[in-house]
Amino acid sequence: MNRQSRFIMSMLVFGYSFLFVPLILVVVYSFNDSSIATIWGGFSTRWYGELFRNEQILSAAYLSLRIAITSATAATVLGTMAGLVLARFGRFKGRTLFSGMITAPMVMPEVITGLSLLLLFVTLQQLTGWPGQRGFSTIAIAHTTFSMAYVAIIVQSRLIAMDESLEEAAMDLGGKPLQVVFDITLPLIAPAMIAGWLLSFTLSLDDLVIASFVSGPGSSTLPMYIFSKVKLGVSPDINALATLIIVVVSLGVAIAWIVARKSTKA
Amino acid sequence: MTNLASRHKDEIWRRVAIVTPYLWLLVFFLAPFAIILKISLADPVIAQPPFTPTFDKQGGLSVSVDNFRFLLTDKLYAITYLRSVLMAGATTVFCLSLGFAMAYGIARSKPSTRNLLLLLIVLPFWISFLLRVYAWMGLMNTYGVINNVLMWLGAIDKPVRLMYTDFAVFVGMVYSYLPFMILPLYASLERMDMNLIEAAQDLGASRARAFWDITWPLARPGVIAGCLLVFIPAMGEYVIPYLLGGPESLLIGRVLFDEFLVNRDWPLASAVAIVLLLLLVVPIALLQRYRVRDQETAA
Repeated sequence: MNRQSRFIMSMLVFGYSFLFVPLILVVVYSFNDSSIATIWGGFSTRWYGELFRNEQILSAAYLSLRIAITSATAATVLGTMAGLVLARFGRFKGRTLFSGMITAPMVMPEVITGLSLLLLFVTLQQLTGWPGQRGFSTIAIAHTTFSMAYVAIIVQSRLIAMDESLEEAAMDLGGKPLQVVFDITLPLIAPAMIAGWLLSFTLSLDDLVIASFVSGPGSSTLPMYIFSKVKLGVSPDINALATLIIVVVSLGVAIAWIVARKSTKA
Repeated sequence: MTNLASRHKDEIWRRVAIVTPYLWLLVFFLAPFAIILKISLADPVIAQPPFTPTFDKQGGLSVSVDNFRFLLTDKLYAITYLRSVLMAGATTVFCLSLGFAMAYGIARSKPSTRNLLLLLIVLPFWISFLLRVYAWMGLMNTYGVINNVLMWLGAIDKPVRLMYTDFAVFVGMVYSYLPFMILPLYASLERMDMNLIEAAQDLGASRARAFWDITWPLARPGVIAGCLLVFIPAMGEYVIPYLLGGPESLLIGRVLFDEFLVNRDWPLASAVAIVLLLLLVVPIALLQRYRVRDQETAA
C-alpha cells in the first residue's frame, strides 16, 4: 500500500467510526440498568418496558405516524405531478418560478420555513377563520410542502434518465396522452414514487423545528416530545427509543439492499 | 368522442397537472414570505396577533423600519450573524476535507464494497436527526464516554468540559452534515476517468500536480454542490446549538426561534428571518443554477 492509499484508508476508517460509534454507544447504553444514563449499572431491558408504558410517548408517536402517512401521500401526488410537468411538459408560462419553488423548500433553513408557515396560518385564520386550531392539519400541510419538493426531484430525475421512446411509441400507436401517462409513464416511475413516499414519510417523522412552529397547544409530535425531554439531559428511555429506531431503520435498509442486489444479479 | 373533444380533455388534464402543484406552492411557500416581509415592517404590541396592522383605522399605511434599524445597529445581532457565518463556514471546510478523502476512497474501492460503503453513508439519513445529535450528549458529558476514555488512557487527570461549548456545536454540525457533502462529491468523483491521472503522471506530473490540475477541476461541481448543501442549512441550525451549545454560544437560528416563540416579538423575529434570507439568497441561487445545469448535462 502506498502513502496515498494509506492516507485515504485511514480517513475512511476515521470517518466511518465518527459516523457510527455514537449510534452504537446509544444502543449499548439503552441496556444500562442505572438511571444515571452515563454510568454503567449492569444489563437490563427495563427502559424498554417503561417506554411502552409511557402514554405520552405512545400518543405522540401515533400523531407523528398519522401526520407522516398523510403528508407523504399528499406529497407523492403533488410531487409526481410537479416532476412530470418539469420533465415532460416543455416550456410554459411561469416555468422558471415553478422550478425555483420546487428547489427552494429543500434548502431553506427550517426556522424560516417554520416561521413563514405559522405566520401564513395566523393570517389565514384572521381572514377566513381557518385553521381554527393548529395541530394535525397544519403540520401535515407544512410537511407536504417541503416533502413534495423531494418527490418532484426524484420523479423528475427518473423521467429524464428514462427513454421517451416508449411513450412516443404508445402515442404513435394511437394512445391518448392521458391514457399513455396512466398506462406507460406511471408504471415506469412507480419505483421513484415509492422512494419519494418513503423519503417524505421519514422527513415528516424526523421534523422538529417546523412542527414546533406550526403546532398548537396539546399536539406534540414524537420529535417534539423527545426534544422537550432531552433538553434536560441524557435520558435512559430515550436511549431505548433511539435503539428501536436504529434497529428498525437498519433492518429496513439491509432488506432493501439485499432485495436490490438480488434483482440486479438476476 | 371526436378527436377534437379528446384533445380538449387532454389539455384540461395538462392544466390540472401544472396548476395543482403550482397553486399549492404559491399559497404555502411563496405567499408566506410576503407575510414575513409585511410583519417585519410592523411594531410589536401586546395583542393577538402581537403586531400592529399594516393599515391603520383611517386606511393609512403604517410601516416602520425600526426592526431593521435595530438589527443593524445592535452589536449583539451583528456578532450573532457573524458567529453563524463562521460556524457554518468552519463546518463546511472541515466536512469538505474529510468528505473529499472519504468520497475519493469510496469511488476508488471495489464495486461490491462501494455499494456497502455508500449505503452506510445514506443510512444516517433515515435515522432521526434529533436522535443523532442526542447521541453526542452522552458522549460529551462531563462523565461521558469521551472523558472516561481519556482519563482511563491517562491523557487527562480530571474531566474536561466538552458539552455546552462551541466545540461541541462544531462536532455536532460536522457529524450531521457530513453525508450531505460526501454524496455529491462521490457523484462527481465516480464519473472521473482514472486513466487521466495515470496519463498525467506518466507525462511527468507530480502527484500533487495531477491532483490540482485534474482531480480537483473534475470534482468541482460536486465540491460546490456539497459546500452549499452543508453551508445553507448550517446557517439556520437550531437543534444542534440548543442541545450541545452553551447559553453564550449564540447562533442566528436559535435566536430567531427564541425571539419568536419565547419572547413573542414577531416583528423582530420576522426581520431576523428576512436578513438571514438575504444572506442566503446568493448561495441558494447558485445551488439552483447548478441543479439546472446538472439536469441539462444528464438529459
